[in-house]
Amino acid sequence: MINSSLKELATLLAGKKISSLELTREFLARIGRFNPKINAYVTLDEEKTLAQAHAADARIGRGEAGPLTGIPIAQKDIFCAKGWTTTCGSKMLENFVAPYDAHIIEQFDRAGAVNLGKTNMDEFAMGSSNETSYFGQVKNPWDKNRVPGGSSGGSAAAVAARMCAAATGTDTGGSIRQPASLCGLSGLKPTYGVCSRYGMIAFASSLDQAGPMAKSSEDLALMMNVMAGFDPRDSTSLQRDKEDYTRSLNKPLAGLRIGLPKEYFADGLDAGVAKVVEDAIAEYRKLGAETVEVSLPNTRLSIPVYYVLAPAEASSNLARFDGVRYGYRAPEYTDLLDMYCKTRAQGFGEEVKRRIMIGTYVLSAGYYDAYYLKAQKIRRLIAQDFTEAFKQCDVIMGPAAPGTAFKVGEKTADPVSMYLEDLYTIAVNLAGLPGMSIPAGFSHGLPVGLQIIGNYFDEARMLGVGHQYQQATDWHKRMPEGM
Amino acid sequence: MQWEVVIGLETHTQLQTNTKIFSGASTAFGAEPNTQACVVSIALPGVLPVLNKEAVRCAIKFGLAIDAEIAPRSVFARKNYFYPDLPKGYQISQYELPIVGKGRLTIQVGDEEKVINITRAHLEEDAGKSVHEDFHGMTGIDLNRAGTPLLEIVTEPDMRSAAEAVAYAKKLHELVQWIGICDGNMQEGSFRCDVNVSVRPKGSDKLGTRREIKNLNSFRFMQQAIEYETRWQIETLEDGGTIQQATVLFDPDTGETRAMRSKEEANDYRYFPDPDLLPLEVTADDIAKVKATMPELPEAMKARFEQEYGLSAYDASTITASRSMADYFVAAAADFGGEAKLVANWVMGTVAAKLNEEGREIAVSPVTPVQLAGLLKRIQDGTISGKIAKDVFAAMWAGEGNADTIIEKQGLKQVSDSGAIEKIVDEVLAANAAMVAEYKAGKEKAFNGLVGQCMKASKGKANPAQVNEILKQKLA
Amino acid sequence: MSLDLSDVKRIAHLARIEIDDAGAETALHQLSGILGLIEEMQAVNTDGIAPMSHSQDVTQRLREDVVSETNQRELFQSIAPAVENGLYLVPKVIE
Repeated sequence: MINSSLKELATLLAGKKISSLELTREFLARIGRFNPKINAYVTLDEEKTLAQAHAADARIGRGEAGPLTGIPIAQKDIFCAKGWTTTCGSKMLENFVAPYDAHIIEQFDRAGAVNLGKTNMDEFAMGSSNETSYFGQVKNPWDKNRVPGGSSGGSAAAVAARMCAAATGTDTGGSIRQPASLCGLSGLKPTYGVCSRYGMIAFASSLDQAGPMAKSSEDLALMMNVMAGFDPRDSTSLQRDKEDYTRSLNKPLAGLRIGLPKEYFADGLDAGVAKVVEDAIAEYRKLGAETVEVSLPNTRLSIPVYYVLAPAEASSNLARFDGVRYGYRAPEYTDLLDMYCKTRAQGFGEEVKRRIMIGTYVLSAGYYDAYYLKAQKIRRLIAQDFTEAFKQCDVIMGPAAPGTAFKVGEKTADPVSMYLEDLYTIAVNLAGLPGMSIPAGFSHGLPVGLQIIGNYFDEARMLGVGHQYQQATDWHKRMPEGM
Repeated sequence: MQWEVVIGLETHTQLQTNTKIFSGASTAFGAEPNTQACVVSIALPGVLPVLNKEAVRCAIKFGLAIDAEIAPRSVFARKNYFYPDLPKGYQISQYELPIVGKGRLTIQVGDEEKVINITRAHLEEDAGKSVHEDFHGMTGIDLNRAGTPLLEIVTEPDMRSAAEAVAYAKKLHELVQWIGICDGNMQEGSFRCDVNVSVRPKGSDKLGTRREIKNLNSFRFMQQAIEYETRWQIETLEDGGTIQQATVLFDPDTGETRAMRSKEEANDYRYFPDPDLLPLEVTADDIAKVKATMPELPEAMKARFEQEYGLSAYDASTITASRSMADYFVAAAADFGGEAKLVANWVMGTVAAKLNEEGREIAVSPVTPVQLAGLLKRIQDGTISGKIAKDVFAAMWAGEGNADTIIEKQGLKQVSDSGAIEKIVDEVLAANAAMVAEYKAGKEKAFNGLVGQCMKASKGKANPAQVNEILKQKLA
Repeated sequence: MSLDLSDVKRIAHLARIEIDDAGAETALHQLSGILGLIEEMQAVNTDGIAPMSHSQDVTQRLREDVVSETNQRELFQSIAPAVENGLYLVPKVIE
């Protein structure tokens, strides 16, 4: 049952073969067993969770169930959920019980899904290894000496260890796709503006986007049907007709044009990863797709541009954590200024403070043009690269991460080496395009993800491209040993 | 040395909207602390701003009123600084691209007209309030005001005296109320001025270092603060000192300005476009729609009053100094139907004086425009004299009824019956033989004395013109 | 554009983050590394390129001016560090 797809679970629930309560208890039991080793969840609230399962059963009983009614979902701890402690992986919000619901949480509630708990993450989503969480590091279920990736590492590990049916994540520079790649699951970052950011604690507002993390492409599509949609409370939420993300799952791949950016297969890519990605592309050719070489010449620049824009926005977004209205306040201080400085020095972890300082610097008087404005201009060049590439292809494929899961502590001493983890994912956020990662094989026993990048609003096609591959392969069904 | 003072104003006007600029929280004044502080007002993690349509309409209205260009595309930026009444740690404000561009406002100082150039007007959010009453040495923060929409109106340094600055501020104060974008309540902080003051040797075209007087919320304080600040700067320079750029507060108790401690350090606001908001687009169609709802502006109304009612430039200007006065005048003149000049004289004279005396607004005048017209009709048709009318007006003000009732009840009707007047004249002539003799001896002044006696004898009710005529006949 | 220790302290102050000398040294080293990475941008010719703030070319949506929020002070202040008489308390503010 823990390996069942969302569709299978919905069928079991609808046929009363199992109740949501039973299903939820099963996952809670697994969490009880595995979470102490994996640390994927930071907050569990059995009472609330079971109450939701109970309500879901009643709804199923009334014949009012939707596709996700009664299905236990893990929520990244970046989404405010009323009555739930919402920490964003930070000491700053250790005791913050959210007084309102994020749009995404409301959407799952409306769908009748069950909230299993809040998943661990890099502090304020800043990190690629889940090592910056105040609540301890998340272990990769495939190898507990290794990181799960980040920042949605807790959600990734929870899905990989089957401690939930599916999970939510957020992706600012790769935070869904890179952990999906490192933990062997499917993850989608939608087009910017498709999922509301209301109630999602902001890291870099112009790049942040919520998305689903699940075992398969089909599951992602069902999750998207719940998560996507216009929300008037988010000015950047796009007013579009509701769409069915499952509509293209069964579309054959014949004639699909796959663009292969030469820059994604150059220096810096691990040979084992390259092999897996190439094999996956070969499989696509077998399924009837054509490949064409494309170029994204400004790929390398996406890292410097990102490390100007994201910290700049973050430095401002995180200014509200000042110890006045909620969250941590330093226990001792001499005056207002001292209260601010101590609260923020003690409440934020090292990586967060580093990024706030970088962001503060690049926006400060005399540097704005050279850094921030320059980065925004190059951002346009990067977006234009994709516009050009999509003239020649329908989707772009490449690796999601330059390597497989690395060892805990391996990259913490050198922030720059950690930043390079996002080489293949960041440009997608800068352009605002949808991107996904699906399991494509293993290198030295560790999962490798294939990244699929689509044109704006082309999620349904991408999900179909993923699904067709998953009909022909079984990488997405593999499970870590001992789970 | 002769010095010249150079003044520019930045005015924060709270816009008359139901809700805050970026959230659906109420902006009503005077609520219990933090009861109008919603998730956005207190900047909970994850909340986002959505722009209020009415705030944009108000800004467009203002732009039209000062003949300014309205930007087809304007951008909201974040102004970053830490302060407890600023919950996000940044203020959302338009920086590089404001919604309203260059415009102008004409002011009147004495007999002179002067054009004050307005640099820009931009939308932004207000901060909360610090409550300094003692909470065991702590300050209390009320965020009800946080997020109230403001239009910040910035002038060029075009003013050369405290009087000009105050004239501009008053004119602007009237204008924003006239077009209905601000209630103008200065006590409640709806209209607050920051004044930039610098001095320079007369004839110099270089600007001196300026000091900014923050948050002036009365015209009297503005006048005092500028006068003090100007003297202080001149004395400092004449004593060989230099002026440091500073933000100062005016203390009404001492009548002095002093530098603010919290603003001592140089600020680095790290402005950048707010990624939570998209560019604001205003189309020609949007502007046309707002234009259709605009009231006639003071300048246009003044010209029309001169034309339509035959008022002098001075009268037209006085009557149109406030929308409520103009409205009152128009209503009274329409009902009266006669000589508008008479209505204008009464509105600017008796009515204004009485309102002023009691500190009341014309909109809530105890004597309504229709009632005033009723009184003026009785002057026009000769029922009462102008002098008696003043008494009737006082009685109307006291709530004793309309003009006709009072005239009737108090028997104030003018006597125009020539028989009755002749009788009075005869009695007066008989009783004042000496005065008659003086008049006949060539003392013209004695005639006036006799008229006065006749009026007195009639208790002021005799028609003065008839008294004159009959007296002349009898003395001939 | 290289950083020095006083820059680091100035930035930390602007960001309201307390930092001691040892912390500033470490931060200087790490921030310089990141700035080195960022420096790659300067080689790019961006003449005539418009800055990109948003990925979609859309304009601001406007909200009707209708009150939608109710008083939730009690709930919101239940998670505040210090409140009294409905006010959030902070160390004395000096104007």
